[in-house]
This record gives sequence, C-alpha cells and structure tokens, in this order.
Amino acid sequence: MPTKIEKDIVTGQETTGHEWDGLKELNTPLPKWWVYVLYATIVWSAVWFVLYPSVPGITGYFHGVLGYSQRTAVDDAVNAVAAQRAGTMDRIKALSFADIRKDPQLAAAADTAGRIAFANNCQPCHGAGGGGRPGYPALAAGAWIWGGTLEDIRQTITYGIRSGDEKARDSQMPRFGLDGVLKPDEIQQVADYVMTLFGDAQPGKDVSAGQKLFAENCAICHGEAGQGDREKGAPRLASRVHLYSDNRAAVVAQITSPRMGVMPAWHTRLDDATIKSLALYVHSLGGGE
Amino acid sequence: MSRISKADRQLQLQREEAGDHLYANRVRVYPKSVHGPVRRFKWAVLIVCLGIYYLLPWLRWHRGVNQPDQAVLLSIWHERFYFFNLEFWPQDIYYLTGLLIMAAITLFLVTSVLGRVWCGYTCPQTVWTDLFMWIERRIEGDRNERMKRDAEPLSFDAIWRKGLKHAAWLGIAFWTGGAWIMYYVDAPTVTMEFWAGTASSEVYFFTFLFTATTYLLAGWAREQVCTYMCPWPRFQSAMLDEQSVTVTYQGWRGEPRMRGRRHEEAPAGDCVDCGACVTACPTGIDIRDGIQLECINCGLCIDACNHVMERTGRPKWLITWDTLADQAAKAQGRQTTIHLLRPRTLIYMSALFVAVAVMTVALAMRSSVGLSVLHDRAPLFVRLPDGDLRNGYTVKIVNKSPDIALFELRTEHLNAASLAEADEGLGPASRLGLMVKGDSVGTFRITVAGDPEHLVNGSQDIDFILRNADTGEQTVYRSLFMGPR
Repeated sequence: MPTKIEKDIVTGQETTGHEWDGLKELNTPLPKWWVYVLYATIVWSAVWFVLYPSVPGITGYFHGVLGYSQRTAVDDAVNAVAAQRAGTMDRIKALSFADIRKDPQLAAAADTAGRIAFANNCQPCHGAGGGGRPGYPALAAGAWIWGGTLEDIRQTITYGIRSGDEKARDSQMPRFGLDGVLKPDEIQQVADYVMTLFGDAQPGKDVSAGQKLFAENCAICHGEAGQGDREKGAPRLASRVHLYSDNRAAVVAQITSPRMGVMPAWHTRLDDATIKSLALYVHSLGGGE
Repeated sequence: MSRISKADRQLQLQREEAGDHLYANRVRVYPKSVHGPVRRFKWAVLIVCLGIYYLLPWLRWHRGVNQPDQAVLLSIWHERFYFFNLEFWPQDIYYLTGLLIMAAITLFLVTSVLGRVWCGYTCPQTVWTDLFMWIERRIEGDRNERMKRDAEPLSFDAIWRKGLKHAAWLGIAFWTGGAWIMYYVDAPTVTMEFWAGTASSEVYFFTFLFTATTYLLAGWAREQVCTYMCPWPRFQSAMLDEQSVTVTYQGWRGEPRMRGRRHEEAPAGDCVDCGACVTACPTGIDIRDGIQLECINCGLCIDACNHVMERTGRPKWLITWDTLADQAAKAQGRQTTIHLLRPRTLIYMSALFVAVAVMTVALAMRSSVGLSVLHDRAPLFVRLPDGDLRNGYTVKIVNKSPDIALFELRTEHLNAASLAEADEGLGPASRLGLMVKGDSVGTFRITVAGDPEHLVNGSQDIDFILRNADTGEQTVYRSLFMGPR
C-alpha cells in the first residue's frame, strides 16, 4: 500500500510511495517510446487475431481472414515434396536395379525412400536396421530363407510369405508331433541331431538314431547337411542364426508343431518404386547377395 | 459522506501533482561539438573502426583455383569461414566459443582498468551515433542553432536541412547494411548482383534490415539504446572498483562551484558552473554528479572543460581520467598511485592468458584430417550365420586439403576383423581404401565383422585407425563393438 510519496535526497527523484521495512522504491519512469512499442505490439496482436485462426467456438473456430491452417500447410508441403520427387520415383520404377545403382544421385534417393518406407512399414516386425526380433527374420544377417538377391527381396516384399496372395511365397512344414508322424522320443532324437548341426550339441552323445530319422524325414527339404533349400523355403539349419530361437526346447517345439510366420503382400499398399527402393535398402543392410 | 482519511487525501494530492509521471518524456539531447585531444583520439578510433568495417570485405586474398579470394568471408552457403590464411569448418565452431570467451574476458579486463571505454569509443552504437551526429552538425549546425530551429515553427529552412540530414543518414545506413552482407557473400559479386536485381531475396532482406536498424539506432534512438536497451551499463558496476580509471570530475578542486563574478567574493572552487561539460555530453548527463549508469566514459566533457579552464586562466584537467581511490586521497591532500595490478585485474589477465594459450595451441595443432565414427543405434549388432558378430558404423572422414586423397581405414582390438563398405562394394577386407574429395567430408557406411573376445556387459573397445595414404598422417578414433550381454 503506497503510503507517502517523497523526494529522495541522494538522487533527487521521487519515490513511488511503496515502502518495505524502510526500503523505499524510487520512481524511475520508463521512456514514453517504450510504452508506444508496447502499444505497437498490441496492435500487431490484434491484426494477427484477424488474419489468423484465433477465436474458438463450440463447433468450430474462427479461421482468420487469410484462411491459414497448419493442416493444409502440411498437406501442401507433403504434396510439394511428392511432386518434386515424382520424376525421381518414376525413374526408379522404370530403371533396373543395376541402372539405379550406376547413378549415385538416384541410388541415394532410393536409399532414402527405402529407409523411410522401411521405418514406416517393416520396422515394427523386422526391427530398426533389419536387426530382427524373435520370430521375425534378421534381414541384416544374410540368413535368407527365400533368397537375398535384389530380385528375391523384391519378390518377397511384393507378394509376401503365406500372405494369401496367389503369387505369395509358400511353404508348409509337416506337424511331425501333432500329426503322429514321429513319436515323442523320436522327436527328441532328431532334436539332439539338429543341435549338432550348429555346434551346441552335448559332447560324446550318440546321435546316430536322430541322424537316421533326419535323413528320412527332414533332409528332403532341409538338405542332408541341414544346408536348407531356398526353392522350397526350407531354412538352413547349419547356421548360428535361427528364426525361432536355437535352444533345444525351441527345436523340439518346432518339430512337434511348427510355427510358420506370415508376411503380408505389400503391392496392395506400396507402389512399385517404393518397393524397389525398399529392396535396395534391405539389400544394403549387410545381408544382400 | 466522505470516509477518505487524511493520509489518503494527501496521497491523492501528491499523485495529482505528479501528473503524468508514470512514463517520462524523452529529453532531447543536443550535444555541442568539442575540440581537443580526446575528441581527436575519438575521431581516430572512429575512422579506424569504420574503415575496417567498410573496406575489409574488399580485401582480396589468393587461395587457389575455385577458392574464394575474399580475405574475410563467412560463407554460410558453403559452410566455411575464411580468415586470411585460416579456413574454418562448421565443426571448428568451438574456435568461435573461444573467441567469444576471449572477447568477454578482455572486456572485463579493460573495464576494470579503464572503465567503459568500450562503450565510449568502440561500441558500434557509439561509433555510428558519433558519425550521424557529425552529419547532423554539418547540415543543421551546432547545438544552439539546432535547438533554436527545433523550437521555432516549421520553416522551409528546417525542412530542407532535415530532409537532407535524413537522406544522408539513410545513405550511410544503406552502405552499412550492404557492407554487412559483404562479409557473407563475395563483395564484388554481390554488389553487381544487388544493382542488377539478381541477388537472392536474403541479400535484399538483410541489407534493408541492417539499413533500417542503423538508421533507427544511430539516428533516432542514440543514447536511449545505452540507457534503456543495453544490458552492459547494468552489470558494469560488477567490474568497476575504486581503482578503475574513469572520467571523473575532481570535486575537491571544483567545489563549491560558482558562476562569474561571485567567484571573486567568496572562497570558491575551480568550477565556473558554465555547463560546458553537460552540453557536450552525448548522453545528456552531468558528470559532476559522479559516475553513473548513463556515462559511457567517452571523455568529451574533458575537452569541453579544458577549453573553459584555459580561457578562464585556471589549470586544465578539472575533469580528468582518475580513480575513486586517487580522488579520495587527493581530496585529503595525499598523493596515491594508480594500481593497475590488483587481484581483480590479475584474475582477468590470467583467465585471458589461459584462454589465449588454449586457443593458440588448438589452432596450431589443427589437423587437416578429421575422423568421426558413429556406431549404429539399431541394430546394435547382428549375429552372422557363421557365428561371428557384425556391427555397423557411419564413418565420416574430413579432408581439409584442397586435393582428393586416399585414406586407409583399419581397426584394432577386434579379433579377425573384416571391414566392408556396401555402397562402393569394398571389402570384406582387413583394411579399406577410401577416397575423399578435396575440401569435403566423405561419409561411409562401414560394417565390421569379427569375433569379439573381450566383451564386458555386451561391449568392448575398438579403435578405428585412419591413415592418409599420401602424407602418412594418422588419426585414431575409439568406438565400441557391441555384442550380446
């Protein structure tokens, strides 16, 4: 509460009349132009209020005289970029993989388009950078089930795996346990043998029974040495990279009642140029052939 | 029925008396021209500062074919800062930090020794205001003439003089804004483009922006910038002490001040209260009130006062450069010495020395090769079918030399390491040869596969060793190799 305006002896200035425990506040007025600058900002804000979206209503809002909206601004920007890219994407669609790679600028554009499309569509299952997840192949590892050339990858992306598309890659592993093809102790023997294929076997254990069963039941698809068969989509077993884990319990479970994953056909959602870019990107992750 | 207490009524009265005191009218300052050694020195500093500012962009400096030949060029478009023989890249930004630290400490040091000489002599606000005031005096005349004309009703004489003044101000402001742009783009080129109308919109925008700010700040705002906008006057008091040499009115000699004849009748000081120091002051203050916020320590009042002292037959330097401690001693008839070396200045000096030493060493040891290795965030590692682990890295090689160079990259501390670069189809091999164009950064996606033997909690150190195949210059970058925990 202002009490007494007085003149300060030292400065000759008036006080504001405010006093706190004997401390008095000098009244040092601001220059007028400073106030005018404040008024100018108020006028500025009023103009802004009229030009741009400002007043909220119950069902909508005042759109402003300029009709600006962040949503349309984003749409415009996205469309502008799409239009800018159209020529490049057309060329990616038209040229062969080899020709795309010959043009460094086009290759860089395809790499960027592929990286973004991968993050938007593939990453949830295959992991960032194609690192894989349990049950979803690590694309960077080079342990291809269906082949790792650019054309193979493009084919897989376009039509998927067991996706229901008529051109989809398809393979079925028999349910050796559930359908009674092998007895439970036979499955245990096969599993013992499969474990030796990638070096995690128990030393000194006799696996000849398993080896015999493997040759009779599994080798037709997975190969005599467990090297796999890409034509049939049979995974390579003699490898340190496994789709469904590499412990013994997982091997037994897979023989008894196989898991067979599904990958969607992407040609229904992505255009050819994007799929080609994706193939180039996936190929470049480190596993490409 | 009135319930207003006596105190309240008194307050109300006081407020009415105070009138429109919430905001102050600007008191126009009409500085009078002065002549003397301080003024001459100030002109010299002004000419040097403005000369450097306006002419430096035109100084040429040969750097080789396809290199800019401007001595000082901050090329934002090409991300290079050229300073005579030196060339800085964006990653050298810490030199700017070092420069700013040195500038700040120098400012502290100078202020603690000599007061606000920066404000009075070299601050752009002061320099351009001084220049604009000189033009004002040339066209409109000195203080009295200007005050008289401003008080009279508008006449033809006033209109053409003011018109000419503002035109001259705008001309200089435009030259100033244009010179600013020339530090960012090649001066002769941008000058031609500017008048041909083909310069970029940024060039026009910033030229006119700096034209406007120069015109407004030096022509119109002047001392208001120092008093109300600039933070420096607020914290200068933290650097000043009783040993700082500042512009000082020697009160012990001047007081009691007296005007004209009265002087002979009573014992009086040397100050004849002529007001010459006040009318000369570009910020419109009275130096006799002591050191104060508005004083920019320019010393023009010294020249003004010396002139009067000479004419009235008194010793010069009634207003002078001195310290508070010295003044207090002189008032008691003692002599003291000025202490330039005291804890404050010694601390500033040693801080400045450290900053200069660090920056000089850093500048001298600048390598023409730069290597940075960034481990992939995802996946952290990939298990390969043969059981090895593979990590991905983004390797950036900075080639600061003007020529294309071949670099050899290898790793250490990883068992059976094999490197590969997919885009160029290099590797897998134990060492890779990477070409980087001159004066540019080469970015490579490198994968390293191997059998890590020393994994602790899923990671181990790996050294990337880069060797310039031509010069043999070698750089090492330590990164991580990751694996399962």
